Amino acid sequence: MLSTLHSPRSLSRFPLHLTSSVKPRAASASSASSLSDYPPPPLPAAQSPGGAPASQILTVRRSLLSGSVTATQLAESYLSRLRLTEPQLNSFIHVSDSVLKSAQEIDDKIAKGGGEALGPLAGVMVGVKDNICTADMPSTGGSRILENYRPPFDATAVKRLKEKGGIVVGKTNLDEFGMGSTTEGSGFQVTANPWDLGRVPGGSSGGSASAVSARQCVVSLGSDTGGSVRQPASFCGVVGLKPTYGRVSRFGLMAYASSLDVIGCLGTSVADVGIFLNAISGHDKFDATSSKQSLFTSINLLESKPLSGLKVGLIRETLDDGVDSGVKSAINAAVLHMQELGCIVNEVSLPSFSLGLPAYYILASSESSSNLSRYDGVRYGKQTVSDELNALYANSRASGFGPEVKMRILMGTYALSAGYYDAYYKRAQQVRTLIRESFKTALETNDILISPAAPSVAYKMGMLVVSYYS
Amino acid sequence: MQVSSSSILPPGNVIQAQPLFLNSSALLRRKNGVLYCTMKSTSHSHTQTATEEKQQQKSPQKIKVPPQKQMKEVSKIGADYEAVIGIETHVQLSTLTKAFCSCPYSYGAQPNTCICPVCMGLPGALPVLNSKVIECAVKLALALNCRLSFSSKFDRKQYFYPDLPKGYQISQFDIPIATGGSIDLDLPLEFGGGHRRFGITRIHMEEDAGKLMHSGNGSYSQVDLNRAGVPLLEIVSEPDMRTGIEASEYAAELQRVVRYLGVSNGNMQEGSLRCDVNVSVRPIGQAEFGTKVEIKNLNSFSAINRAIDFEISRQVNLHSQGQQDSIVQETRLWEEGAQKTVTMRKKEGLADYRYFPEPDLPEVVLTKAYMDSVGKSLPELPEAKRRRYEEMGLSMQDVLFLANDIAVADFFDATIQKGADVKLAANWIMGDIAAYLKNEKLSINDIKLVPHELAELIASIKSGTISGKIGKEILFELLAKGGTVKGLIEEKDLVQITDLVDIEKMVDKVIAENPKQLEQYRSGKTKLQGYFAGQVMKASKGKANPGILNKVLVEKLNAKV
Repeated sequence: MLSTLHSPRSLSRFPLHLTSSVKPRAASASSASSLSDYPPPPLPAAQSPGGAPASQILTVRRSLLSGSVTATQLAESYLSRLRLTEPQLNSFIHVSDSVLKSAQEIDDKIAKGGGEALGPLAGVMVGVKDNICTADMPSTGGSRILENYRPPFDATAVKRLKEKGGIVVGKTNLDEFGMGSTTEGSGFQVTANPWDLGRVPGGSSGGSASAVSARQCVVSLGSDTGGSVRQPASFCGVVGLKPTYGRVSRFGLMAYASSLDVIGCLGTSVADVGIFLNAISGHDKFDATSSKQSLFTSINLLESKPLSGLKVGLIRETLDDGVDSGVKSAINAAVLHMQELGCIVNEVSLPSFSLGLPAYYILASSESSSNLSRYDGVRYGKQTVSDELNALYANSRASGFGPEVKMRILMGTYALSAGYYDAYYKRAQQVRTLIRESFKTALETNDILISPAAPSVAYKMGMLVVSYYS
Repeated sequence: MQVSSSSILPPGNVIQAQPLFLNSSALLRRKNGVLYCTMKSTSHSHTQTATEEKQQQKSPQKIKVPPQKQMKEVSKIGADYEAVIGIETHVQLSTLTKAFCSCPYSYGAQPNTCICPVCMGLPGALPVLNSKVIECAVKLALALNCRLSFSSKFDRKQYFYPDLPKGYQISQFDIPIATGGSIDLDLPLEFGGGHRRFGITRIHMEEDAGKLMHSGNGSYSQVDLNRAGVPLLEIVSEPDMRTGIEASEYAAELQRVVRYLGVSNGNMQEGSLRCDVNVSVRPIGQAEFGTKVEIKNLNSFSAINRAIDFEISRQVNLHSQGQQDSIVQETRLWEEGAQKTVTMRKKEGLADYRYFPEPDLPEVVLTKAYMDSVGKSLPELPEAKRRRYEEMGLSMQDVLFLANDIAVADFFDATIQKGADVKLAANWIMGDIAAYLKNEKLSINDIKLVPHELAELIASIKSGTISGKIGKEILFELLAKGGTVKGLIEEKDLVQITDLVDIEKMVDKVIAENPKQLEQYRSGKTKLQGYFAGQVMKASKGKANPGILNKVLVEKLNAKV
C-alpha cells in the first residue's frame, strides 16, 4: 500500500489530473480529457499544511456543519459526476435510487439542530463492492448466477456505515466472486482505469478503486482475499487498506476463501480509510471469526506523529526480478522519504515469501470450491430448467459461472479430493503456517514491513494472460 | 423461496405399509414388554428424511416372509456363524435454537417457517455455533464414559442435494468432540436377560439437512428447510453387538440416556433418533470380520431387531451355500412391508466428501473446569438407577420397567422418598397407574396424583385405615381429579371399619335377614359364606375390614350349629 505509485497529492484537487503518459484508446478518445472537465463536488480543495491529502470525510463533515453545503447538494454533485463519467468507466453494476432521499434525511437532521449528533460518515458517499450484501439493492458478486438477486439483509459493514450516516451510492464492479486481478472477469461489464481508459483498474475490487479514483464516491468498500483491495488501489492511485483478518465482520460478504477474505477500505487519503475502517470494524456476533480486540483506543487520525526511530523492514523478496523498475524506484523513493522522516529502514529477508503464492493458490481454490457450492440453482439465482436433478445443477452452474470461477472450482475440488488432500491442501496449510511464523519473526525486529502492492502498474485491457490470482 | 418446477427427483415412492397387522406372530416377538410401548412403528408419513429417501428404490411390496421361517434360520446361526453389528446413531438435540443460527425449530411446523439467511445458505451468511450444542455433546459424552477432546474442530462434508442449502454439511471429521466410551444395558427377560456393555467409538456434532416433499404423482419435489441446521450428535458404536435384540436394546438404551439427560426427545417417529446399522457375518473362530453391509430406513427398535436378524440369516445362508463372495459391501434398505432388506446402492465408500476444516468456525476448546461442572450437573443415569433399584430388592422386570422412563423413575423415587414401601410403590405404579396411563394415553407427568399422595395411600392401606379395594377407588379419584388421600377418606367417609363390635352387629343383621341362606349353609352349602361376606361388605359400603369380617362371619355362621 505504501508503494502506491501515483502521488496521492495530485488527487486532492478537482478536477482530476489525468496523466497523459498513456494514450487513451481511440474509442474513448475524448474521455480522458473530458473526465477532467466535469464539475467537481462543491467542496473546498482540502489540503493539510504538510501537503498530505486531507480527509475528504472530515471536509464533508465540516462543510455540512458550517452550512456551506447541504448533503443533498453534495449528493447531487456526486451523482451528476457519476452519471457523466460512468459511461466511460463502468465502475458500478448498480446505482442506488435512494441517494437523494438519504441525503435529505441528513439535511433534515441538521435543520432540526441535530448536526452535532451526526454520525462520523454523515453525508459521505460510499461505493460498495457488489459481493457485499445490501438489502435494498441487487447483489450479484459480479456473477450471472446471481443476476437480479436481492439479499434480505445488509452486510454488517454496510449496516455499520449506514448507521454512521454513510450513503451507499451503488454497487461496484468486480471480478466474478472476487476471482481475478483486472475486473475483466466480471460477468457483466469491464471497468476502465480512470487514469487511462485503455487500462484495467486492477481487481478484484476494480470498481471500488476506479470509483474512488474518479470521485464517483468519497470512499468505497472492497474485499481482499489475495490482494484484491491493495492491487486495484495501486493501479488507480488511491489508498487501499486491507485490515487484519477478523477486524471487519465478513457477515454479508459472499465467501470466496473464508479463511482469507477481508473487507477493506479504499479512499483518497490515509485519514479517510482510517476513519472509514474505524466506522465498520469491531466484533460482530454474526461472524465467529471477527476479532474482539478493539482497534483504536483513542482515535486521532489526523495528528501527525514523528516517525523518528520507527523500524521499517523492506521485504527483499518483493523487489526481486520480475518487478518493474518503475515500481522499484517508487519504493526506493518511499524509503528515502521515510528515512528523511527519521525511520530506520532495513531490508529483511523472508525466504518463505515465494511459497505464499502457490499456497494461496491451493487454499483459496479449495475453499472456493466449497463456498460456491451453494449456487446450485435450487433456492435462488440462475436456474436452468432441467429434467432431472444432476442436469439442473450442471446446467445452472455451467451457464451461471464464468470461466475463471469454473477453473478455480475444478482446481479446488481436485486439491481436496481423496488421495490428493495431503499433497495439496494439507501441505499448503503447513506452508501457510511457515509463512506466518516468518512474518512474526520479522515483526519482532521491525515495527512495520513494507513492500510494493503490485509488481507493475496497471496493465492494458485484455493483456493479462497469466492470472495473478487475487 | 423458489422451488424448482422441473421434476427434480422421481421419488422412490416407497410407501410404507403399517407393519403391525401384517405379521401377527412377529408381533409376539416384538412385544418386548413395556420397553417398546412407545416405539411401535406407525405408518410412514409422506415426508421422509432425504438421506433415507434418496436411496430408496422401487421394489415389490408386501412379500410376506413367515416369521417362523426367519426364526428358524436365526436359530441355526449360533452353531457355526457369528454376526458382528455396529450402529451409527443420529440424535437430534432439543436446543431452543438451531446449531448455527437463532432460528427455533419445531417438528411439524409449516414448511419453511423456521428459516433465516444462515440456515437457508444465502450468500454472505455465516454460521455461529450455539454453545448449547457443546453442552449437550459434553453431557452425552460424559454419560457414555467417553474421553473428551480439549480441542476439536468442525469440518465441511461436501455433497450436492436440494435439502443441503450450502452444498456442504458442517460436521466433525478427524477430531470429534469425544471418543472411546461405553454403554451398559440389561437385556429384557423375555430375551433371556443379562447385562451387556458395548463400546462407543466416537461422538461428534453436526447439523441436520432439510427435507424433500414429493408431489403425489412424483412430477415435482419441494424443499422444506425447517430442519436444516438443527443440531445433531452422531454416536458411532464399536462392532460389539451380535444379535438383533442386542442392537435394538443398544438403541433403546441410547434413547433412555438422551432422554434422561434432556438433550433430545429421542423420538424415532419424528426422526429425532435415527439408526444406521452395519452387519457382517463370519464363521465362528475366524478373527477377521466378514464383508459389512449397511442397513438404512430403520424407524423403530423392532425394525432394527428384525432387519438385523433378517440380514444375518441372509448372509449366513449365503455362507453356508458357499456363496459368501456374493455378500458385497453395500447399503441395503429395510422394507417394513416385505419384512426384508433389499439392495439400495452398491460400492459403498466411493463417495468422496472432500472434508476440510470449516474456516468459518473457530476450534471448540473445552476446559477441565467446564467438563467438571457439566459432569456434576448430570442426573442419575439409567444404568446407575437400575443397579440401585436392584439393590433395593426389586425384580429385574420391575427394575427395567421403572428405569425405562425417567418420568416414571422420578415418580417412583419421589414416592419411596416419602417413606412408601418399595415393592408396594412399584406394584401400584406398574399396575393400576400404568394401566390408567395407557388407557388415557397420558404420561405420568400429566396425572393429578402426586408421589406424596401415593405414599400416603400405600401407608393408609398398610396401616389398615382403608382397605385395598377402597385404596384403588381413591387412586383413580386421585389420578383423575387430584386431592389428598386424607381429604378423600374424610369426605367420603371411607375409613375402614375394624371395630369388632360394629362388624359383629352387621354380621348379625345380615344373618338375621337371610334365614333361608343360613339354613342352606348349615345344611352343608358352605360356599354361601362368600354370599354372606358380600352382603356384609355391601352393608358396610365396602369399608369393613375383610379379615375381621370373615373371621366374625365364620364364627357366627358356625356358632349355632
